[in-house]
Amino acid sequence: MNRQEFKDLVIAETEKTKNSTCKHKICICCGAGCISSGSEAVMKKLQEEIIERGLQSEVEIIPTGCMGPCNQGPLMKYLPENSIYQKVDCSNISQIVQSQVIEKKPIEHLLLFADSRERPFSNADEDPFFSKQLKIVLKNCGQLNPERIEDYLVHEGYRALDKALFEMSPEDVIAEIKQSRMRGRGGAGYPTGLKWETVYKYVNDQKYVICNGDEGDPGAFMDRSVLEGNPHRVLEGMAIGGYAVGASKGYAYIRGEYPLAIKRFEAAIKQAKKMGLLGPNILGSNFSFDVEVRIGAGAFVCGEETALIASIEGKRGTPRPRPPFPAESGLWGKPTLINNVETFAGIAPIINNGGEWYSEIGTPKSAGTKVFALAGKINYSGLIEVPMGTSLREIVFDIGGGIQGGGEFKAAQTGGPSGGCIPAEHLDVKMDYEALVNLGSIMGSGGLIVMDQSSDMVDVARFFMEFCMDESCGKCVPCRVGTKMMHDLLQKICDNNASRIDLERLEELAVYVKEASLCGLGGSAPNPLLSTLRHFRNEYETRIGKYEEKHIEVPQTSEV
Amino acid sequence: MNNELPATDPRVKLLAAKIKKENFKPDALIEILHSAQNSYGYLPMNVLAYIAKALHLPPSRIYSTVTFYHFFSLKSKGEHTCLVCTGTACYVKGAQAILNELEKKTGLKAGQVSADNKLGVQVARCIGACGLAPVVVLDDEVQAKVTTDEIINKIIDKIGTK
Repeated sequence: MNRQEFKDLVIAETEKTKNSTCKHKICICCGAGCISSGSEAVMKKLQEEIIERGLQSEVEIIPTGCMGPCNQGPLMKYLPENSIYQKVDCSNISQIVQSQVIEKKPIEHLLLFADSRERPFSNADEDPFFSKQLKIVLKNCGQLNPERIEDYLVHEGYRALDKALFEMSPEDVIAEIKQSRMRGRGGAGYPTGLKWETVYKYVNDQKYVICNGDEGDPGAFMDRSVLEGNPHRVLEGMAIGGYAVGASKGYAYIRGEYPLAIKRFEAAIKQAKKMGLLGPNILGSNFSFDVEVRIGAGAFVCGEETALIASIEGKRGTPRPRPPFPAESGLWGKPTLINNVETFAGIAPIINNGGEWYSEIGTPKSAGTKVFALAGKINYSGLIEVPMGTSLREIVFDIGGGIQGGGEFKAAQTGGPSGGCIPAEHLDVKMDYEALVNLGSIMGSGGLIVMDQSSDMVDVARFFMEFCMDESCGKCVPCRVGTKMMHDLLQKICDNNASRIDLERLEELAVYVKEASLCGLGGSAPNPLLSTLRHFRNEYETRIGKYEEKHIEVPQTSEV
Repeated sequence: MNNELPATDPRVKLLAAKIKKENFKPDALIEILHSAQNSYGYLPMNVLAYIAKALHLPPSRIYSTVTFYHFFSLKSKGEHTCLVCTGTACYVKGAQAILNELEKKTGLKAGQVSADNKLGVQVARCIGACGLAPVVVLDDEVQAKVTTDEIINKIIDKIGTK
């Protein structure tokens, strides 16, 4: 397909949607979360119901990606009124169709609702869960059918690739990304434009683009939802990246634990190839780009870029010292651009709307929006996207609907096993890369786990240390031995069996492991420990106090 | 390593086809292992030997790769599997208690398979269904917001007794 044919196709598809006789649209969330809650059965039942009532020409049923509040699933959205029904069951389909579609009356008690709200909203956009969000990366998730490329084309799909290929030089694309001030969404926050420019500058006949979808942080599911909800957006971002840096081959490394994401992404590749949006001479230009999926095999360390590259090469996923950075010598020794799923998903809007537009969103140092995966003791757990600089309080209480069961907020954990905890006194922190580092945590990939008073922070630290100990690849000693020793000491504290000396040893060890480890896994493994020590030291002290009570004899004052 | 694979076994044919599709490239090792584990349920030693020969890789390289990744297993995982997610969100919602009780009731520790090979208990580091925590995966089917009793009942439904 050449450029003109592409444009004609987009116009034709848009017309088709406009002229559709369907006045009603019912979207059913078919993200992995809602499928687990039974959304596929609900969709089947709905299809039967619509046929039974002879409404096929009026009602369109769209299976979509993640809508957001996963714990309230299965979710069903009725358009154009934008009423979202929660926990939809096959038994109330008939009632919903009768009342909402035919009588135009929403059924209040079935609408999306968190305990902390006064009443449900018949237009979901009025619910603070949605009204406080700004969706760029997730814009079309929950709107379009991720398994149909035509749906994506109607929603500005591949427009950015077309623009980049025919109206911009690779230098222009890089300049635009630099102007946007976008930072890598994988966790470290390295400026994306700068990374692209570095790869671009290395001269080599073969370069690679890698999309890091090895979302290993427990408690994070942003990449999964993006890959499931809008795989073409990621693919488009990768192709633009390939054009900008001069790569002709891309790999998407996706976790083996995400079968649905793999299936949808592979389907997306096939569709894009068929339309000539991927493969040789894309849209008739000189640019050729091909993407292949590589399935992860369950190793947290493979989220580290050099380990991930080793894994794509079919080896043990162990990291290697940097420099040389992958930008210079990556996959098979060639210059390699490696970015996170969310980063690639954010590229197309920047090309479409301009870098300046993007740079105005967020905070001075962290531009744009960030997707967070809310989980834990919170009323709405699920996927949200907010401008950088949104306060933690807004995220937890306005968007997330507050603490489940009316409990008290104790801490939010960000950055997974590499991050830390933010205690209640810092609820007003403006969430961006720097602010979180100042509090001893990190942005990480975006997992945000809310804990209430029932969480024991020493045990939380032990939990993460156990994780790092298990996942340490064993290549360097500080991480391999250090995480094990720290875990054992933490276990001792949890069992009220540790003395003050143990705590001192633990703190000393934390610094060694942090400073001396080869890669980010070991380098950040002490973070959960250090941050709980910083904000919840009293919990450690209490346990040590218990030990001292038992074991240290207080000298008796002898009477003379 | 032990005995050779029977060439008539459909699983061997599938494996041979996969290796051919990947052009006998050593860098496709992980993809090939995925495919082998899909058809065998785990990775028997003779399958590893077969792959080593086909890809012209030393068996030690195959073994080191297999044992590095959690996803691959050298032992049978059991006819039915019960996998408890112990990711952070599930942990905060009490996954450890569920696992403890499950271990007590089934008499199996995480990673073990029952003597009759009917049931295997495993743990996962996070399956990314955090909004539905705590979750357990029974035979590839994600069970949301579970309680131990629910899971025990479902296991009994699947394997009959115990």
